[in-house]
Amino acid sequence: MNMAGRDLAAAAADLPMALRRERTHITVRGLNKAFKGQPLYRDFDLDLPEGRIVSIFGPNGCGKSTLMNMIAGLIPVDSGSILFDGKSLKQTVIGYVFQQYREALFPWLKSIDNIAYPLRRAGMPEPAVKARVEELIASFEIQFDLNRYPYELSGGQQQTVCIMRALAPRPEVLFLDEPFSALDYEMTLFIREKLQEIYLKSGVTMVIVSHDLEDAVYLADKVLLLTRRPTRIAEYMTFDMPRPRTPDSMSDPRFVAAKAHALDVFRREVKG
Amino acid sequence: METFDARRLLPIIGPILFFAVWYLAVAYGLVNKVLFPSPFETVAHLFTSFGKGGMQVDVASTFLRTGTAFVIAAAIGVPIGVALGASESAYRSVEFLIDFFRSTPSSALIPLFLLIFGITDANKIAIASFAAFLVILFNSAYGVMNARKTRILAARVMGSNSWQIFKDVLIWESLSQTFVGLRTGVSIALVIVIVAEMFIGSETGLGHRIIDAQQVLNVKDMYASILITGALGYLLNLAFLLLEKRFIHWSGK
Ligand SMILES: Nc1ncnc2c1ncn2[C@@H]1O[C@H](COP(=O)(O)OP(=O)(O)O)[C@@H](O)[C@H]1O
Ligand SMILES: [Mg+2]
Repeated sequence: MNMAGRDLAAAAADLPMALRRERTHITVRGLNKAFKGQPLYRDFDLDLPEGRIVSIFGPNGCGKSTLMNMIAGLIPVDSGSILFDGKSLKQTVIGYVFQQYREALFPWLKSIDNIAYPLRRAGMPEPAVKARVEELIASFEIQFDLNRYPYELSGGQQQTVCIMRALAPRPEVLFLDEPFSALDYEMTLFIREKLQEIYLKSGVTMVIVSHDLEDAVYLADKVLLLTRRPTRIAEYMTFDMPRPRTPDSMSDPRFVAAKAHALDVFRREVKG
Repeated sequence: METFDARRLLPIIGPILFFAVWYLAVAYGLVNKVLFPSPFETVAHLFTSFGKGGMQVDVASTFLRTGTAFVIAAAIGVPIGVALGASESAYRSVEFLIDFFRSTPSSALIPLFLLIFGITDANKIAIASFAAFLVILFNSAYGVMNARKTRILAARVMGSNSWQIFKDVLIWESLSQTFVGLRTGVSIALVIVIVAEMFIGSETGLGHRIIDAQQVLNVKDMYASILITGALGYLLNLAFLLLEKRFIHWSGK
């Protein structure tokens, strides 16, 4: 467990962005990946900063999910190295939130047991499991009944359960692949606020794939703009608007300017 | 409220129509009276025959044979099916064999089983078991193979190893398809047991009773036995549907 690092990160979250020293958390070097002989990534390098939120944005099919899945170990790389603070993936606790919450939860388990699954699987004693789940319930201010089965909950509630499950083992990195795209706008706003709250409390490193520019910019400290395949970094944009950001932030000139800039880069890359 | 009550009566309209047509056809002499007794006589015979020992013995022995065949088929078919489904290459290597025997009417194998087991109860159970086994195995294997990819990835990213994924995800994912296999399997077992009772020498069983009644033109008893066989098949199917609803509560959701 990287407790000291997390406490530091939590403390750092209170500091103005400019004063925070940026430490690299995830280092990707010389990454190669091809599908059916067609190269997707060629000699690709990337640094993801510790205790920050990075959004990945780019044209459809450019390899956003593939990149994240390779980092999270869900897809093998052809070659290259991916290190977490110098450690391998095996030595690192990660959380992953899927777009398809319905297909990611276990419908034969009650929602609360879904959340407890990664803890029990890791052999945590039952009183500790209970305590950790209670803690999550309190920090998410859950109003609905977690003793229901996932299919009895609304889409937003199910995605909330997914996020709680991913956070349960106190991951060092939380990966989210299009977490909002199966939700309606109201639920998107709600989950976005929750994620920001969790981030401000815990300072966990987050990587979010999004195809919606507003979602991508809203939560991000950095936006990784990707080109069409073979995929390169078009721009690794910094967005240091202070937190907490609110729905009003979306009309803030800094937000509007960042979005417009990202859109410019995107248009240029798509037109090629 | 009134429309609700009326709707609940819809399912009994079919059976009432069925008995009405039967009754009228007999009453107006549209069918041969020797071959078609009236429905009232048949149903009355059904109840009196149940009072006597013979019918009870026949129902019990058919039920027992079907049940034994089914339990054997399930006990072998589900584990093997789940294991094959977990390894796609293992399944592919026996897929043709399974599909071939699944497409072969099991009744075509009765003479073969006669050679092996002779005219015994074991023979009837063995062949019914074999037929049910194939369909149960096939469904369990497909249940595992069609497991949601996302769920497997979710378990993997939470650090589960292959064995944990197998017991925490694959087995559960396969359950609703497995139940389809069990339900189909018990129906097939009943069909084969009835056929076997008819054509492989037998002293008891509904199949034996039906063909005996036919030989001596005891048509009332033949119809009563057919109705009881139908009821047995229907109730077995219903029992599995209810079990599925109770235990696989997430199915189709
Ligand atoms: N398993 C696979 N086999 C072949 N091609 C794939 C596979 N997975 C992804 N691809 C291809 O790789 C590209 C990137 O996919 P993906 O990472 O899902 O894109 P994104 O998430 O950016 O929309 C797409 O062109 C897709 O067709
Ligand atoms: Mg994607």
